Amino acid sequence: MKVVLQNLTKIFPSRNKKSNEEVIAVNDFTFEIPDGKLIGLLGPSGCGKSTTLYMISGLQKPTSGKIFFGDDDVTELATENRGVGLVFQNYALYPHMTVKQNILFPLQNLKGADKLSKAEMQERAYNAAKLVQIDELMDRKPSELSGGQQQRVAIARALVKMPRVLLLDEPLSNLDARLRLQTREEIRRIQKETGITTVFVTHDQEEAMSISDMIVVMKLGVVQQIGAPQDVYDSPANLFVAKFLGTPPINVFEGKISGGRLFLGQEAVLEVGGVADQEVYVGIRPEGFVLDPNGPLTCRLNNVEVMGRDVSIVSTNPASLNPIIRSIINADNKVDATQENVRYSLKPHKLFLFNKETEERIFFEVK
Amino acid sequence: MVESKHQWKAWLYLAPAIVLLLVFTVWPIINTVRLAFLEDYNALAATWGQTFKVGIGNFVKVVSYSNFTTCLRNTLLLTVLTVPISTLLALLIAVALNSIKPLQRFLQTIFFLPYVTNSIAIGMVFAAMFNIIGLRPSGLEADSWGIINNVIKFFGGDPINWINAQSSYAANMAVMTVYIVWNALPFKILVLLGGLQGINKQYYEAARVDGTPRRRVFTRITVPLLSPMLAYVIITGFIGGFKEYTSIVGIFGEKMGPVGAPYRLNTMVGYIYQVLPETNYGVASAAALILFAIILVVTLINMQVSKKRVHF
Repeated sequence: MKVVLQNLTKIFPSRNKKSNEEVIAVNDFTFEIPDGKLIGLLGPSGCGKSTTLYMISGLQKPTSGKIFFGDDDVTELATENRGVGLVFQNYALYPHMTVKQNILFPLQNLKGADKLSKAEMQERAYNAAKLVQIDELMDRKPSELSGGQQQRVAIARALVKMPRVLLLDEPLSNLDARLRLQTREEIRRIQKETGITTVFVTHDQEEAMSISDMIVVMKLGVVQQIGAPQDVYDSPANLFVAKFLGTPPINVFEGKISGGRLFLGQEAVLEVGGVADQEVYVGIRPEGFVLDPNGPLTCRLNNVEVMGRDVSIVSTNPASLNPIIRSIINADNKVDATQENVRYSLKPHKLFLFNKETEERIFFEVK
Repeated sequence: MVESKHQWKAWLYLAPAIVLLLVFTVWPIINTVRLAFLEDYNALAATWGQTFKVGIGNFVKVVSYSNFTTCLRNTLLLTVLTVPISTLLALLIAVALNSIKPLQRFLQTIFFLPYVTNSIAIGMVFAAMFNIIGLRPSGLEADSWGIINNVIKFFGGDPINWINAQSSYAANMAVMTVYIVWNALPFKILVLLGGLQGINKQYYEAARVDGTPRRRVFTRITVPLLSPMLAYVIITGFIGGFKEYTSIVGIFGEKMGPVGAPYRLNTMVGYIYQVLPETNYGVASAAALILFAIILVVTLINMQVSKKRVHF
């Protein structure tokens, strides 16, 4: 089932009557979610990603715009008739029911032609539990389960009625680091097995990048970029997206283009073609630095962190907007931690230029 | 844990409360038990050093007293009638209050008013409302009634003798039930509303996404999640019901019955107050212990039942 969002906008009225400050939670969001894909809505808190999810679920009504499931306009359709499965951030498992009763609950609500016999319900519930590997825990209460197990029950409860769309609100935020890795693989597997179009919300870029077919990066209600995770990482549309994706984060410098050359401070670091002379922001991914004794960029060395496979070099440069510059170098390179300065040359495809006013990407030709 | 050498300090700080509790709570309880087992106890004679025989004579007196079964029946009947009605009503009102936004605070205040008004005063108002003879501006008229009978008459019914002379026992009990339920509502609504507001809204959103019908949300989600509060309200309701006294005095006066049938609506507590001056402390103490035993048993049954149905 493809899901189409058309000029979707949500405006929350101001809290008190005196100030007329409306909050535009989601602003003119248009996007077609392809059938059977896993989509990550990504952004910092307050960017409107959860609001978007709740509008798809029907729990919140859009101020304007339309939502389609396939060819059906569901904008005015009540939540219960949309056939969505929703997994809440805190799972919202009914605490007084066993796992089995929780999973059966949505099935017992079905009426009319969809009504199932007792045996069918049991079978569906058992299959859903098996899919998320909790069929051993059917008679426990939610309070007797770990966070990860509760999460699985919540997913099973959302899946058991065979929803047209599965929605997950911050599905991993309540899990510890190890479980988070495990569960995100699990979500990917379940999504692949069921083929249900799935939208999940997260503020963790790593989480979104690792399992999504496509990610949508949002900021203050406005969509910044939509694309496959690697494409968005390799080619951010603006400074915000560049900064938001990637750990360690991208290094941002103030730079100047003059006569086809990019200057960081006084040093000309790269030949850039097709760009007018102007001041720019320069983003360089940590992996975009190459140790080079004759390299054009000189940084003052702070320390070297050995991480096994890689070496992380922490340095400073007057042109840098981040307090430190962090570069990641293959551990095969021996770095003398006692030297005062470290010199780099730069990989052009790991370096992005941004307009100083609009912070939009400026594309250049590598010479 | 307090270190042992500082323990005296802890006791010192606790002392005022402990002394007050010992004097005004613990000693009276012990004394009640003692008096209940002293036969023909006389406070005046006791000060002269007279000793009394220990025995269960007081209990026998209580049980064989002609009015005792009336008291027991009234108490049981009123409790069994009012606790379920008031709990159910309070639950419905609390759910309704919780689901509206405008006027919620205002209505909450209105529903809470009976709690902060004197039950004797309200009893007199109720008595006036149910009265067969009411005042009209033109003066006394034979066919003028309290507001309830006027309403009945407005809808074409015959006025009912609720509380006056020659009124029936059933009519009396009906009035008492209405009054006690009305009086018991505010506290129950308050507790249940508090419980409702403590339920995570996401359970309801989850239920909505799953297309749960309203009635099912109420029976399968609201009531179970509210069950600790419901148990509390029911148990305290039973305890309060067994101690019913002031409400009857409020409506029927201290004779606890309509004119011509005094003490017809007497209750266990009423009985205790009645025998205090008439006979002696020993019998009243024995009656108090019997009431205590009844409440204890009922509460234990309540808790046993709720064990299976309450989800903490």
